[in-house]
Amino acid sequence: MIQVISFYLFASILIASAAMVIFARNPVHSVLWLIVAFFNAAGLMVLIGAEFIAMLLVIVYVGAVAVLFLFVVMMLDIDFAELRAGFIKNVPLGLLLAVVLVAELILGVGAYRAGAVKLGIPEVGPATVSSSVPNIEAIGNLLYSKYIFLFESAGLILLVAMVGAIVLTHRRSHGTKGQNINSQNMRRPQDATRNVNQPVGQGVEL
Amino acid sequence: MTSFFQSLGMSYEGAWFTATIAGILLIAFPLMLAVALIIYGERKLWAAFALRRGPNVVGPFGILQSFADGLKVFLQETIIPSASNRGLFLIAPIITFTVALMAWAVIPFGDGVVLADINVGLLYILAISSLGVYGVVISGWASNSKYPFYSAMRAAAQMISYEVSIGFILICVVLWAGTFNMGGIIAGQKGHVLGFINAYALNPLLFPIAVMFLISAMAETARAPFDLTEAESELVAGYQTEYSSMAFALFWLGEYANVLLMCALNAILFWGGWLPPVDWAPLYMVPGIIWFFAKILVMFFIFAWVKATVPRYRYDQLMRLGWKIFLPISLFWVFLVSGYLMLTRYDCKDSERMYISQITDVKQGKTYTAEKPANRWDGICRSELNVAGKASK
Repeated sequence: MIQVISFYLFASILIASAAMVIFARNPVHSVLWLIVAFFNAAGLMVLIGAEFIAMLLVIVYVGAVAVLFLFVVMMLDIDFAELRAGFIKNVPLGLLLAVVLVAELILGVGAYRAGAVKLGIPEVGPATVSSSVPNIEAIGNLLYSKYIFLFESAGLILLVAMVGAIVLTHRRSHGTKGQNINSQNMRRPQDATRNVNQPVGQGVEL
Repeated sequence: MTSFFQSLGMSYEGAWFTATIAGILLIAFPLMLAVALIIYGERKLWAAFALRRGPNVVGPFGILQSFADGLKVFLQETIIPSASNRGLFLIAPIITFTVALMAWAVIPFGDGVVLADINVGLLYILAISSLGVYGVVISGWASNSKYPFYSAMRAAAQMISYEVSIGFILICVVLWAGTFNMGGIIAGQKGHVLGFINAYALNPLLFPIAVMFLISAMAETARAPFDLTEAESELVAGYQTEYSSMAFALFWLGEYANVLLMCALNAILFWGGWLPPVDWAPLYMVPGIIWFFAKILVMFFIFAWVKATVPRYRYDQLMRLGWKIFLPISLFWVFLVSGYLMLTRYDCKDSERMYISQITDVKQGKTYTAEKPANRWDGICRSELNVAGKASK
């Protein structure tokens, strides 16, 4: 009972907020609806017992990716008149995309009705996970044994992407002056100030 | 508690639902009370550090000061700036407050005294604390004002920066405990150091990360000396500038609930949670919840102490500490801790070592004596066979 209620709650909020991502006028509102959608997707994951994936979804997408989206979108100077002008200009392109999507949907549903595609015989049967093994252990056992090379190569690809991003953005421009924190920290008061026993009525030689 | 409600004649689902709601209220209301008192306590502590008296007018020793303040903000008018984004402006403090309460669901207050005893407790805390930034960011943007917006940008950058190193620090603890479950992490600390001290923090290998976690926790909750999101000399009051009345109070409550949460996490991860500090039978006569609260209060004293004595960081210093010092050190420490555990915990005598072919044979009921291995890293230990799923290669 409570599973059914929560499934329909999460699922309907998920779909509604996903629709609101598109329909919201303000880009910031769109991102916030996207966050609601992520959160409810995580709720659905919890319902099917994949708590690890749910937590990763929240940590990675809600906690990091969406914050960066929000960061960028908030900086935008939103001009609604310009947005509307752009809407009329882009209508043909949008309609084209919509037609393509609808055609794909109809094709997909038609193909599904016609019968499932046979994809050869898998090596082993569907993975069975006993409920006594925690999610994390079950995933770890597969990831670090059977799929170790795929896992490592995924890690390498991410590393290359990260190095590439840093190389592309980390340009040392010549005009700017950086700080040397060590020399700042090493600086003693006597390097910067001096005590002068100043006689009354005379100026100080600086 | 579910069984208690079942004994009143409810169905299991109804009893579970009632028990969970009751549990939530049992945590949320005392937490609000604790926040009110902890604000009073902190003001008294700062006053003592500054050789002042602190609040001493309302009630005996001024102990009702927080309630008087609460009544004051409750009676104030809620001012919503006309240029603000009205809905988001009002939702932002609610998000901060709700998120600060949500994380307490997995905190164990005693042996088995926990609202949600889930396998991924620590990940849940990490996930929820990463949500905390939205309250600040949304309030900064919805205020439609310069200083709150600067503050929101600072808060987002600061929280993301320190979450990275906090993640690595938590991984060290999880590696040592072997579980993400909060109760399991506490149980793993029983007699951890020299057989009688119940604390990971006194393990020489984990002590540096305990210190780093304390500092990162201060940065994550934007407490002094890292309170650049509300640095009054630069940003008026940061993201709270445009807020008044209950919305402002919700930010305060949320902030202090977060601080208490970080103190509780410190106590659980490194100081043994509800275990007494020393593994000695008479100490277990004291209920675990008292040890837990005592540890939280000691941690909170350290937080207040730091806030009263350390001057505020500059923003570039804050970013440098997070990315150039904590991140490399915590990453190196994951490597160090996992290497140490590989050598000590997951290694065994050659006679105990099993190989893949032998393991399948053991499953068929045959036993083999282990040969001298060509490469001793190839097999796994016999003791590990008991761990569920390990032998399924």
